[in-house]
Amino acid sequence: MMKFMLLFSRQGKVRLQQWYSATQEKEKKKIMRELITIILARKPKMCSFLEWKEYKIVYKRYASLYFCCAIEKGDNELLTLEIIHRYVELLDKYFGSVCELDIIFNFEKAYFILDELMLGGEIQETSKKNCLKAIAAQDLLQEEADATRNVLEEMGLP
Amino acid sequence: MPNVAKGDGMRGLAVFISDIRNCKSKEAEQKRINKELANIRSKFKGDKTLDGYSKKKYVCKLLFIFLLGHDIDFGHMEAVNLLSSNKYTEKQIGYLFISVLVNTNSDLIRLIIGSIKNDLLSRNAVHICLALQCIANIGSKEMAESLAPEIPKLIVSGETIDAVKQSACLCLLRLFRTSPDTVPSGEWTQRVGHLLNDQHLGVVTAATSLIHTLAQKTPEDFKNCVSLAISRLSRIVTSSYTDLQDYTYYFVPAPWLSVKLLRLLQVYPPPEDPAARGRLNECLETILNKAQEPPKSKKVQHSNAKNAVLFEAINLIIHHDTEPTLLVRACNQLGQFLQHRETNLRYLALESMCLLASSEFSHEAVKKHMDTVITALKTERDVSVRQRAVDLLYGMCDKSNAEEIVAEMLAYLETADYSIREEMVLKVAILAEKYPVDYTWYVDTILNLIRIAGDYVSDEVWFRVIQIVINRDDVQGYAAKVVFEALQAPACHENMVKVGGYILGEFGNLIAGDQRSSPMVQFQLLHSKYHLCSAPTRGLLLSTYIKFINLFPEIKGQLQDVLRNNNNLRNADAELQQRAIEYLQLSTVASQDVLATVLEEMPPFPERESSILAKLKKKKPNVSDIEVVKEGKKSSNPPTLNNSAANTPEATPASAPVPVMAAAPAPVQSASDDLLGLSAGPAAAAPITNNFAAPASFAAPAAPAGGGGLLVDVFDTPPAQNNVSSALAPQAEENFFKFAIKNNGVLFENELLQIGVKAEYKGNLGRLGLFYGNKTSYPFQFFTPTVSCPGELASALNVQTKPLDVNTVEGGAQVQQIINVECISDFVDAPVLSIKFSYSGSMQQINLMLPVMLNKFFEPVEMDATTFFNRWKQLNSPGQEEQKIFKATFPIDSDTSRTKLLGFGFGLLDGVDPNPDNFVGAGIIKAQSSQVGCLLRLEPNMQAQMYRLTLRTSSTSVTTRLADLLLKLF
Repeated sequence: MMKFMLLFSRQGKVRLQQWYSATQEKEKKKIMRELITIILARKPKMCSFLEWKEYKIVYKRYASLYFCCAIEKGDNELLTLEIIHRYVELLDKYFGSVCELDIIFNFEKAYFILDELMLGGEIQETSKKNCLKAIAAQDLLQEEADATRNVLEEMGLP
Repeated sequence: MPNVAKGDGMRGLAVFISDIRNCKSKEAEQKRINKELANIRSKFKGDKTLDGYSKKKYVCKLLFIFLLGHDIDFGHMEAVNLLSSNKYTEKQIGYLFISVLVNTNSDLIRLIIGSIKNDLLSRNAVHICLALQCIANIGSKEMAESLAPEIPKLIVSGETIDAVKQSACLCLLRLFRTSPDTVPSGEWTQRVGHLLNDQHLGVVTAATSLIHTLAQKTPEDFKNCVSLAISRLSRIVTSSYTDLQDYTYYFVPAPWLSVKLLRLLQVYPPPEDPAARGRLNECLETILNKAQEPPKSKKVQHSNAKNAVLFEAINLIIHHDTEPTLLVRACNQLGQFLQHRETNLRYLALESMCLLASSEFSHEAVKKHMDTVITALKTERDVSVRQRAVDLLYGMCDKSNAEEIVAEMLAYLETADYSIREEMVLKVAILAEKYPVDYTWYVDTILNLIRIAGDYVSDEVWFRVIQIVINRDDVQGYAAKVVFEALQAPACHENMVKVGGYILGEFGNLIAGDQRSSPMVQFQLLHSKYHLCSAPTRGLLLSTYIKFINLFPEIKGQLQDVLRNNNNLRNADAELQQRAIEYLQLSTVASQDVLATVLEEMPPFPERESSILAKLKKKKPNVSDIEVVKEGKKSSNPPTLNNSAANTPEATPASAPVPVMAAAPAPVQSASDDLLGLSAGPAAAAPITNNFAAPASFAAPAAPAGGGGLLVDVFDTPPAQNNVSSALAPQAEENFFKFAIKNNGVLFENELLQIGVKAEYKGNLGRLGLFYGNKTSYPFQFFTPTVSCPGELASALNVQTKPLDVNTVEGGAQVQQIINVECISDFVDAPVLSIKFSYSGSMQQINLMLPVMLNKFFEPVEMDATTFFNRWKQLNSPGQEEQKIFKATFPIDSDTSRTKLLGFGFGLLDGVDPNPDNFVGAGIIKAQSSQVGCLLRLEPNMQAQMYRLTLRTSSTSVTTRLADLLLKLF
């Protein structure tokens, strides 16, 4: 299973972190710091996999963002790369050519999209269409809620 | 502010994020955050109850602040309140906050669980999904306890929509991983397997993850999934990429599901049903064939997904390890990847090939790629890839290519990355020891290792070279010569000084005839390094000097000067001071004869597992697997230094009182560093006394109680009655069988004589020390023990007995005799030990069975459950199995049984048998002519006081003999 996923910028700023097994806050910070240093120091043509502690690390850079996953010994590295890619595709479809700023300003959406794709460290839904349909359904519920609120606000109610 | 195309309209949040981004400095950011925190705090504290939207907005801001890396110590309650909102987006933000921050605050966990439970029971599918997702991401033991019973219903109910089923599967998986006991088993486990047939591929994917994990715990419960998984896989691999619509990923049909199914199949041995097996092999072949087809797309996603499936298929092929054609095809495919332009593929190919190297079917095929791998070691730009290349070279190394591989690894070591040097040093040392071309090569290799990477050569490595030089007298002169040469380098590593000091101290005389390495030259060379060395090394050199005094009396004066030097005699280091004083005194007062006895050459070391291998195993737990597999499968065990050293007659320990002064390589090392097998009883308090204590090998008389580590003496040893006759002595047989599970103890005792045994076995070799103790105060005259192998035994067992030096055993004295045995093939009878002597004028004769039985040449094997069952099933021909059901002779006790089985030589495999009372074990009989793997199952029945013993081996005679021996133990 996947142990965690990190998104961070070339400057080493974490943009998203999802931990699939209980980890102390302090430990999380330490792991992120170490891993980000290691990965940022690697050259572009290097292998996308590395052994680190008890994990296998799989990472890939998309524009200014690094996507990095920690998986277990028996897990499939190549397919983890493609989980990353599928996630990027979903973000891209949803935001319309996604950029780092989209993820910063809509971090909660980035989490919700990830939850459709991955759950508890395992892939949940690999179909792009189905994932996007689920997210669209969420947005629909939200728009309904917003619409109600706007009507109330217009009537001067809180 | 960027265009937030589909933001949820929390304008305040967007403004806040913009503000933060516009902050010019860390301080400004902190200030802005503090301001916001104060604002939120006052809002939450205010009397006016906040509406849901505001709550959501503020909770979201807190979340953002937290994700920036700041601590958040409030707002949890508001987030929990959001969970019970009936507005989806508010609930969703509440859940997100809980998921991200729940670890830091668990006081609210009961409230959270309450809300989750409500949502699970909701009629609204989206609410159920939110609750399930939350559990799946953060599920704890507490959550498992209260929520786990709800989940299986959702998975198997026909009314549940697909999305909920998917989430529910992964949710249950999380709870099972967190707290397996709280997940109820039940009828649902049967039905969950059928989800493999579900229409919806998303459901199948999620369910396969769940089943995979559950099946690892209880494979029996999910056995029926094997055929379901095979047929599903078969449908996927034969489908065209258009069939599966959106589950086709870059022209690869359902890669995620394929990989999951292939991993599920790795939980099980190859299917027994020939049809299923054929179908699976077809799938695997198809996957291998597809790898050869031209790519349908140039995109890397296409090749990644395709190869992900391919690598998983290869993993399954390696796991089954039964299809030689598939294994070799897999190897060829990986061989192509070794030169692929994608670094990722080269990395993975090296990694998988390392597994293939351990299969007997593909080992040879892997070896063909040696040159490519060596090139990779030299040219890969990424250290992680080079590391894989090192691993693979180590994995493919055997007698045929050891020289070349070791040479390449040594060459690479000169420039290797610091991060992998220590491991490489260990690997080179192990390979050099395991597959020695000859012993001079071995010595050269290790000395090169110290020269190139001295800092990374751990004590184990240099201890080991000394052990081997001590045990092989044909290499001693050579070792002295090369170490002397190596010491002449202007800068040489301290480890080289240690090895040099030790070897010259023992064998310097062998090269002293040459003027260029005369005693004085040797001494001056060593002493020129003395001042540059640390205290432990100096201590070792002082021991060398006292040995020199014995070896080279002509330079005694100079050596004594060094000992007498105030730097040593008054050294602040107590250890050095004590050595200098004691050695000086010894050299002054002792006569040349006494000195020669005290400082006699070191006796050979007892054979035991190489300490470096143990160290590598500790460093890399997965290495041990490879070793075990290799050991277990290679039909011809490569001769190792261990075996061959024990094989030579000169390796037998001196029977004279063991010389004491021959100090350990580094006598100042603490007891924990004592990896040489020199542990002289309890660790002596002062190191110097340790020096004088006799090495344990055979010096101590055999204690009556079995002192051999694990081998506790589980029987009483009643004293045998006095008897003199030509038949077997009474109790001889009974005593004999006690030695089935121990190596040391009393073989025979009457009023006159006590015979103790101390034995050691390694591979197909054994060495017994017999201790004849005269219990009377009168001498035994014409004392002659002889060993004979009656009948067929003579060809199955090679026994060499050293005649005793004396033929009189004085009253109260003890003499020892060494017997070497070599197991050629399996055997039933035991050698006969017959002792004749004259006591008070009458002739006595005692006939005993020498406690050498087949299981002494037994080595434990560890394997996982799947491998075990695999092998078990393969051994199903008539004669390979022996089953005995018998009444217990001794009280049934689990711990005792365990001890007995371990003592017998089995490796016990815990957790293979679902019933914890049963024992499952494995081992290999290492006869010279053949090695016979042996599997055991022992099922005690407490009520009936019975056992059922089942043994399976590939040889009928071995099965029968082992069953007979075991029968006597329980």
